[in-house]
Amino acid sequence: MRFVALIILVVIFSILSPDFLTLNDLTIVAEHVSINALLAIGQSFVILTAGIDLSVGSIVGLTAMVAGYLISQGLPLPMFGVVVYFNAWVVILIGLLVGIVLGLVNGLVITRLSVAPFIATLGMLYAARGLALLTSNGATFPDLGGDPSLGNTGFPFLGTGNILGVPMPIWLMILFGLVASFVASRTPFGRQVYAIGGNERAAQLSGIRVNRVKLLVYVISGFCAAMTGLVIASQLQAAQPATGESYELNAIAAVVLGGTSLFGGRGTILGSIIGAFVSTALLPQGADHDHDSRR
Amino acid sequence: MTAPDIVLRAEGITKIYGGTVALDNVDFNVYRGKVNVLIGENGAGKSTLMKIIAGAETATRGRLLLEGQPVQFKSPREAARAGIGIIYQELNLFPNLSVAENIFLDQEALGRHGILVDRRRQQAEARRLLQRLEQPLDPQELVGHLRLGQQQIVEIAKALARDVRILIMDEPTSALTTAEVEILFRVIRELKAQGVSIIYISHKLEELLRIGDYVTVLRDSHRIAEAPVSAIDVNWLVEQMIGRSVSETYVHQERTPGQELLRVEHLRLPRPGGGLLLDDISFQVRAGEIVALYGLLGAGRTELLECLMGLHPEASGSLWIAGQRLRGRHVSERIAEGLVLVPEDRQREGLVPTLSVAQNIVLASLRRYLSGPVLSRKKELAAVRRLMGELGIKAPSPQTLIEALSGGNQQKVVVARGLLTEPRVMLLDEPTRGIDIGAKADLFRLMNRLASEGLGILFVSSELREVMSVADRILVLARGRLTGEFRREEASEEALVAAASAGQEPATAATRDEQAAHSPVQSGAADPVDRQTQAPAPAASASEERRHQTRPRA
Repeated sequence: MRFVALIILVVIFSILSPDFLTLNDLTIVAEHVSINALLAIGQSFVILTAGIDLSVGSIVGLTAMVAGYLISQGLPLPMFGVVVYFNAWVVILIGLLVGIVLGLVNGLVITRLSVAPFIATLGMLYAARGLALLTSNGATFPDLGGDPSLGNTGFPFLGTGNILGVPMPIWLMILFGLVASFVASRTPFGRQVYAIGGNERAAQLSGIRVNRVKLLVYVISGFCAAMTGLVIASQLQAAQPATGESYELNAIAAVVLGGTSLFGGRGTILGSIIGAFVSTALLPQGADHDHDSRR
Repeated sequence: MTAPDIVLRAEGITKIYGGTVALDNVDFNVYRGKVNVLIGENGAGKSTLMKIIAGAETATRGRLLLEGQPVQFKSPREAARAGIGIIYQELNLFPNLSVAENIFLDQEALGRHGILVDRRRQQAEARRLLQRLEQPLDPQELVGHLRLGQQQIVEIAKALARDVRILIMDEPTSALTTAEVEILFRVIRELKAQGVSIIYISHKLEELLRIGDYVTVLRDSHRIAEAPVSAIDVNWLVEQMIGRSVSETYVHQERTPGQELLRVEHLRLPRPGGGLLLDDISFQVRAGEIVALYGLLGAGRTELLECLMGLHPEASGSLWIAGQRLRGRHVSERIAEGLVLVPEDRQREGLVPTLSVAQNIVLASLRRYLSGPVLSRKKELAAVRRLMGELGIKAPSPQTLIEALSGGNQQKVVVARGLLTEPRVMLLDEPTRGIDIGAKADLFRLMNRLASEGLGILFVSSELREVMSVADRILVLARGRLTGEFRREEASEEALVAAASAGQEPATAATRDEQAAHSPVQSGAADPVDRQTQAPAPAASASEERRHQTRPRA
């Protein structure tokens, strides 16, 4: 059904505007959508357990800033009097680690301290944004291309490079989407996520370790948010503390538009990706053609 | 003799949902000031008929005559205005609101200016209603904190708070204990005397014969028969309902219990506000033995099973399975160690409504159906098909959503989930609640079969007849203490009821527990039940009264 709706939208918009559905346009759209889709994929797991993660936009920002800091400033080690510059891949790994740790904190606060997900992740929304501002005292890290003499070039490839003519962000969306769909529909963990969202007590009595699954779900969301932050910083080749502001709303909108119930237990990853298409690309772009921001 | 006075008459009611006929040209009479019983197996169309009368559904064909006048209710509100109240089987309460707020929902007592709710008046009024039902519940307590039986009482109070002419009760006793049923029956008689007509639905046939005046039988969407209760008996009812005889329901096979499987010693569970919910509980369950846990509501039966499953980390005491001390602290570890629980409240604790039949069945044993890191649909479906066949689960396909199944089949799904974990001891909490006689018979047959295969079974029940005919041994729990232990052949209704209402005699329990503590671990010895507790005398008068009322008529 959702596919049908998507196809109808695409058809209508291409009739209304002759240059809506050109290959070039589609690639640009998909590239833009992929950022929201990455967030929506992580958010899907959280919402399937009847939780919510409001902190993803801030995690995007903090990860972008951490990556920007490591590339442009390096890691100073005062006791040795040196500054270490990491390889681009290591920067990416550290960025992902930041997302995992923040997701872990979200999950621990929710499961150990029994704080409602809305409140716990709202707290993280402010905390992570604050940290993002602290990394540069509010300034932007420009020129993340790296310096060959420091051996830290290559970071822009993540957001601007392409393989077989397809931009990296789209590859990432496809990769994350496939893995997440597979995990959600085919693994015990995925089944447990659906069960907890459907009836937490029944899940508990069936021997499911509810807290462990919930913890993991927020880690996944943090991880996806970190990936998104890295992609954005890499696309812009700059990192601003405001990166990703209010992205949590787009991600939640994509998940809900994609058919996932906010009460948990129902929905699919594929639905969320389609939701991301509809909410980020089709609706704003197709419906409002005078304001053609993407060209 | 004058013709009986009919207050509400349903004529030629037909209801079609999509392609299925839920009711086919059904007539139903509600006699004024009488208890009008409606019976039939699950899916016979009882609930649909009640929904039409209560205005929650409209009939496809046919009409309703209230006091001889044709009426049509477009909503439950209109039916309520005409004086028709309904208590649904799946309770319609708001767990996040207090008892008083639930009772007065939609007809709040307002203050002087008609804007604010007069809480004090509501609470006083609620307290008065609850007193009439002999339930000293706190009107300010959240309904979500109450046990099922207590919630049922709140539902009844809610109906009483509205002035009803016709009150529909859909299985009102399914969550009540014997004592509470007596209170309910007294309230029903009181309502009758005030001219209120009752429509009463229940699967408990003896109960229907006691309280009913007229009975109407539905089978497969048709009205099969109507008769005054004075002219019929249980066998007639069962025959009309299913065309089978009653003796096939309560089966018991002779078995020789084997080795001790489950051993519980000195189990204590503190009550949140101080005191003990479970006080020094010790007992065993042997292989091939069906043990019943009988007791009144609030005696701690559910808590006991929950403790065994590791759901109360604050509990103390020790557990063994087949001589192995249990150390697991989490439900999953208990399941791995061979225990599994079929919870009391299917909807709230058993089923995951968003999942399919198959997914519900494999939920507790996902690890068994892996190939690599992936759930193998083939393996899952093979196991699910096998169990659906073995347990006679009627579902269009394993992929059907669980919600589409009848109560009896849903219960079998929860049992199937437990069985898939390959337990050594199965714990069932009120397994027959709200399921029809056919499904009950299936369930008892299954319990017997499992026991003969060497499983230990511990089941909680409030139904004396069930306890006495299905169990090999009966444990009685009263106020958190074990107050009686009976072998099948020595159990009597009187003794069980007396033990269940005991608890004032600390000496009885203490001696028992001391004996239990000193008895060595038995392995396949003769009979461990040699210390039957005598029923304490003070409770005798209470049991005297109940004895007359609970004896089955069959």
